[in-house]
Amino acid sequence: MHQDFDITIENISKIEGHAGLDIKVKEGKVEYVKLKISENKRFYTQAIRGKPFQAAPQLMSRICGTCSIAHLLCCIDAIENTLGIEPSAQTILLRKLSMYGMMIRDHALHLYIFSLPDVFGKDSLLDFSETDEREHKLVHDAFAVKGAGSALSNLVAGRAVHAPYPTIGGFLHFPEKEETAKTIEKLKSVRQKVLDLIEVFRTAPFSLKKDSNFVALMTDDYSFMEGKLKTAEGELLEKKDYFSHLQRVVIPYSQASAYKLEGKQYMVGALARINLNREHLHPETKKSAAEALKLFPSTDVYHNNLAQAIELLHSIDHSIEILEKTEFKPEKPIPPPEIKEVRQNVGLLEAPRGGLFYHLNIGADGKIISADIMTPTSQNQIHMENSLRHLIENNLDKEKGWFQRELENLVRAYDPCMSCATHFLRINWK
Amino acid sequence: MGNKKLKIGWFSFSCCEDSTMMFVEMMNDRFDEWSKLLEFRHARVLKRVNTLEGIEVAFVEGAIGSKRDEDKLKEIRANSKRLVAIGSCACTGMPSAQRNTFDEKTKEEIKPLIEKFSLNEKVVPIKDVVQVDDSVPGCPMSEETFLKVLDKYLKEFGVI
Repeated sequence: MHQDFDITIENISKIEGHAGLDIKVKEGKVEYVKLKISENKRFYTQAIRGKPFQAAPQLMSRICGTCSIAHLLCCIDAIENTLGIEPSAQTILLRKLSMYGMMIRDHALHLYIFSLPDVFGKDSLLDFSETDEREHKLVHDAFAVKGAGSALSNLVAGRAVHAPYPTIGGFLHFPEKEETAKTIEKLKSVRQKVLDLIEVFRTAPFSLKKDSNFVALMTDDYSFMEGKLKTAEGELLEKKDYFSHLQRVVIPYSQASAYKLEGKQYMVGALARINLNREHLHPETKKSAAEALKLFPSTDVYHNNLAQAIELLHSIDHSIEILEKTEFKPEKPIPPPEIKEVRQNVGLLEAPRGGLFYHLNIGADGKIISADIMTPTSQNQIHMENSLRHLIENNLDKEKGWFQRELENLVRAYDPCMSCATHFLRINWK
Repeated sequence: MGNKKLKIGWFSFSCCEDSTMMFVEMMNDRFDEWSKLLEFRHARVLKRVNTLEGIEVAFVEGAIGSKRDEDKLKEIRANSKRLVAIGSCACTGMPSAQRNTFDEKTKEEIKPLIEKFSLNEKVVPIKDVVQVDDSVPGCPMSEETFLKVLDKYLKEFGVI
């Protein structure tokens, strides 16, 4: 069917930060799809230069209000790798719990508040009916689940946004028994709600299958923090070598850079992680989410939502186990060694939306010489545009109103974070 | 007092949206209460269909760094009876205004990007662009101050 139409969406709603869409279809062919990341650059990678490395984690946390704990911990990881600090076993556990608190809160925000209205054909969670039992329940589940994640963040990291306790070499505060017990109860009380959420997204009526490569960190306990990178094509990559496999792509209309892996598009995030690492999910999660897990590996972009819901359950199950088994004791942060020459290294972890990478260069005076960052959303940018093109090409008979709704719905499935995306890697690839 | 709700808008400019996150965090315990007191006329983080019409209180997060943002902020001001600056970037410009203090060499380095995306030479707090009626500082915003300001406007507009 031959059709001509333009679609412009100035501000995509229910995502983190600012982005728009520009689409032109002529004679039934898509001329262009432009995902315009319009978030103004805030130049954190320049601002950090010349500052003592000790100031870096809390400053970099301000890159993103949503996944600030990921930036905080990734920056700490890069500093510790650069200076040769080995965190204690207790510190590693507390960091895993900090990541889980963030994942629960962040995935719940995305799934309940941003994406659930799409499943129910509504504009907003605010429009869910008070008199419809199922809708009413889901609204209350949203805030209970998010609240359990925040309680875990408060317990281990001190706050859900710009957390004060995690620091270079350790933590500044430790969970107390009484609060730990209360948090365990809160986590247990939302477990069934998360199982209901998994069912909502397992049966959600959206699908967009697309062959692509995926990249995720292979952690033995699915804790988002350790291990090697794996691609869906079976390649294993060392963290420090990852950059050399990527090509930066400048997109003229976007304030964020994009990336290709060995010249090809790829996807990072929950779908990539569940596809590649689901065997390492918590045993209780594997048991309870068995039906949903049968759908993986999947090339359906919308299964990123389902994958996040499964990760939410895993984050709850593993947190409960760690909190029940561990007695936390006060421990002084490991002091940084004397720096005698310029040093550099990388930090890498799985943020809620996918791999987050820091590369730091620290001078002999302890000041940051350079900091480069690569975020998940910038890595997913090309994949997102190609999926949007695919959606349009396969639905040219639909009305304009349908496109305006469904294009936003598809962008939301990637859970993009535009605040993060505009911080690009400027590393010298030699 | 009856069914009147406070008509609010929630907006963000250059920032990390941490205060927006705090606002959504506060809903964990207050959603039932707020759904009876607040009507969201414009909140991109919560809904797709938004309007500037009839806003009584606009809450604005983030600093202003482009002519586009200046114009948008002026439009919000013109459509709102009261306007509240939310979080550190809106109240002081920082940390989004870090580039104002870069040395000449760094300013030269970022110049092509400033020009390419038509950004202003300086990033400023919102009070430099429009009249601000109240401020909720903090990075993220102080929850306690926000609740006080909200309470003040709920009373002023006859909601409670």
